[in-house]
This record gives sequence, structure tokens and C-alpha cells, in this order.
Amino acid sequence: MLDLQILLIFMIIAAVVAVEIKDMLGSVVAVGAIGLGLSMCFLLLQAPDLAIVQLVVEILSLVILIRAVGIKNGVSAVKKRKIFSIVSVLLFIGLFIYFSTKALIELPSFGNPIMRVAERYLISGIRETGAANLVSAIILDYRAFDTLGEATVLFTAVIGVLAVIRRVGRKSK
Amino acid sequence: MIEYLLCLILFSVGLYCILIKRNLIKIIIGLGIMEYAVNLFFILLGYRSGGQFPILSKDVFAQFIRPDKSGNYIFVDPIPQALILTAIVIGLAVTCLLVAIALRIYEKYGSYDIEDLNKLKG
Amino acid sequence: MIKKSEPGMTIIVKTITRYTVALILLFGIYIVLHGHLTPGGGFAGGVIVALSFVHIMLAFGKETAIKKMSEKSSGILESLGAILFVTIALLGLTAGYFFFNFITGQKPLETSFFRLFSSGIIPFCNIAICLKVGAGLFGIFLALIFFKKND
Repeated sequence: MLDLQILLIFMIIAAVVAVEIKDMLGSVVAVGAIGLGLSMCFLLLQAPDLAIVQLVVEILSLVILIRAVGIKNGVSAVKKRKIFSIVSVLLFIGLFIYFSTKALIELPSFGNPIMRVAERYLISGIRETGAANLVSAIILDYRAFDTLGEATVLFTAVIGVLAVIRRVGRKSK
Repeated sequence: MIEYLLCLILFSVGLYCILIKRNLIKIIIGLGIMEYAVNLFFILLGYRSGGQFPILSKDVFAQFIRPDKSGNYIFVDPIPQALILTAIVIGLAVTCLLVAIALRIYEKYGSYDIEDLNKLKG
Repeated sequence: MIKKSEPGMTIIVKTITRYTVALILLFGIYIVLHGHLTPGGGFAGGVIVALSFVHIMLAFGKETAIKKMSEKSSGILESLGAILFVTIALLGLTAGYFFFNFITGQKPLETSFFRLFSSGIIPFCNIAICLKVGAGLFGIFLALIFFKKND
């Protein structure tokens, strides 16, 4: 799919810009560009639920990252790492890509997945649950236990943030 | 195959950012890039060429109404979409937790540089 | 003459926000309620509802936003959403197993497909998840904004 490949190349270029640029506010804007490209990729891959969720989550995470960076805090750290560590990390990533390519060949080719469990959900999904949106039927009827687990993880993350931020009062001596 | 390779390159750009950079916010950005790459990889696995999104409507449903006929519509795999839907929102919550810890570190040490974090006691 | 600086943004942004924030909230509720018919569902609608409150805070300043939904009420709403979700799941135990779809039973009626009132417990679960996600994310945002340096 040519348009998907062009979008992926755009996302890689935006990721390299986000990593290398020295101005922190520009780097946060580049992350927003990656998220927008990802939402368009989800639309091309026929997943409209995910496109909606990715777009709104991207907007909220941009606001929170700008709160962390601050408008006045301009430049990131200026001292670079030594040349030995950069070369060894690049060597490690090269080895990682080489061995992962050998593993990726074993996957079914792009566009022909093995859909053994999904056949049953697609054929008798609406007759057993009554919902027209099959993704909602899966997350809230067939696999509702997983949704309970996800709700628990969200709850834990909210409590974690409130526990880190909270300032415990101390009695002054 | 090329799409899988490009997704892997996006993942390794995020990995490079976590290992090399010294600013704490850049490390959080690198983790976010790795999350995007992993979510995209799952949805790439479930795509079927010529397939349609897994939402039925009145004219699409009429093909399924007789149980012996399997229907002429081809759908993409709905199970990876159901799993990644909640993973995206949880990724946002984890990013918020990292930013909260980074704000506390900035309040105590005065900078986001990780080489300055050298006090062990609290 | 000393002019007190107004909190929030300029007057153009404030006027437009008064008109659009109600529409954003309504759109989020629409996506939640039609979660079993069109793409979306509880998670997308919950994040959009949280975004509407963030919009008020960005345009008008923090003091106005905390009058609309304080930290205590966002905590109560989030716990309410979680308890509602588990209660619906436990009620399924009375008619079968855990998370059983007890409103429609084994066979949903064929005349009720593609309608708003169909598919059993799925709309109620969507509402519970929307409360949980929306109030939780807004609670996180409030905590990060009101974090001040220790004097």
C-alpha cells in the first residue's frame, strides 16, 4: 500500500526531528505531528474507533507535555555524550534490526492474517450480542474481563499521580 | 513486509532516544514514540487486503441473516483493534505519571539533566 | 492607575469558548451513547468529555475551572463509575455467569438490531466507563496544574 508507506516515512522523519532538535517546544510539536500521522494510518487500515481515540489522546498528551516543558524553558542539555557510547548504541540497534528482520519473515505476509477466532465473532457477533459495532461487542461482551482489568490499571495510574503530587503536611517544630 | 520494517525503524528511533539523550523530557518523548510504534504494529498484523471496517449496517447485515450463507463481505480482524483501543488510553495515563515524577525531580534538583541526580537520600 | 491582569486568555478566545464548550460536551455524550452502533464507545467519549473541561480551564484560568468541577467531585465521579461497572458485572451473576448479558438473555430480538435501545448491558457499561475515564483524566490534569513550588 503506497499511501501507507509514504505516511510511515513521514512519521519516521518527524520522529528524527523530535529526537534531535534542541528547542524543547519544537520537539513537543513534532511529537504531535507523529500522533496525527498515526491517526491517519489507522484510518487507512480500516480502524475508525482507533483513529478517534488516537486523535483525542494526542491532543491531551500535548497539553500535558507543554505543562512539563513550560513556555520559558528553552533549550535542552548542551553537553553531549561521549563518542564511544553513541557508536555502541548504534551498533546494538543495528544488531537488533538485523535479528528482528529474520524473525519478521516468519510472520504471515501483510494483508493475509490468520483469523480463526475472529471468524466466529464476525459471523455470529450480532446474533449473540445485538450490537452492530463488533469492536464494542468484543470489548464489552465477549472479552469484558479484559476491560475490567484496563479500568483497574487506569484507576491505579490516577491514584499514582495523586500520590506523587500530594504534599504531606508536616507539623513545624 | 516493507511496512513491518518501517514500523521497526520507528521503534528503534524511540529506543535510540531513550538510550542517548540526557534531558528527562526527551526520554519521555522517546517512550511515547515507542508506544506509537508498538500500537501500529498490532494493527498492521490484523489488516486484510480488500477488507472493510468491522461495523455492520443494514445493507451489510443482510448478507449474514441466513446462517448457511457466509456473506460476500470481507472484514479486517476486529480482535487487535479491541485490544489496542484500551492500550492507547492507558499509554496516556502512564505518560501523565512520568510527567508527575519529572515535575517533582525538577522541584528538588532545579534541572531536568539526569547527570545531576546524584543525591541518594530523600 | 494599576490594571489587574485578567486570568486566562484574550476576550476573543473567551467568547468563542462560551459557545463551543457545550457543543464539545454534547458531542462526547453522543459518542458514548451510540457506542454500540457507530465507532467510538466509552473510552473515546470519556476522553472528549475530559477535554471539554480542560478547554474551560485553558481559556478562563484555573479558579473558574475548579468551580465547575472540584477535585473532590472528580474523585467521587471516578469511583462511582468504577463501582457501577463492577455492579453491572456482578448482576450478571444472578442470571448466569459473571458479566452475563442479562437484559437480552441468550437470544436478542431481531427487530431490535440497529436501534438505540438494543444490545443489553453494553450502553450501561459504556456510560460507566465514560464517567471513569473522563473524571480520572480531569483529576490527573487538575493535580498537575495546581502543583506549586514548596516555599
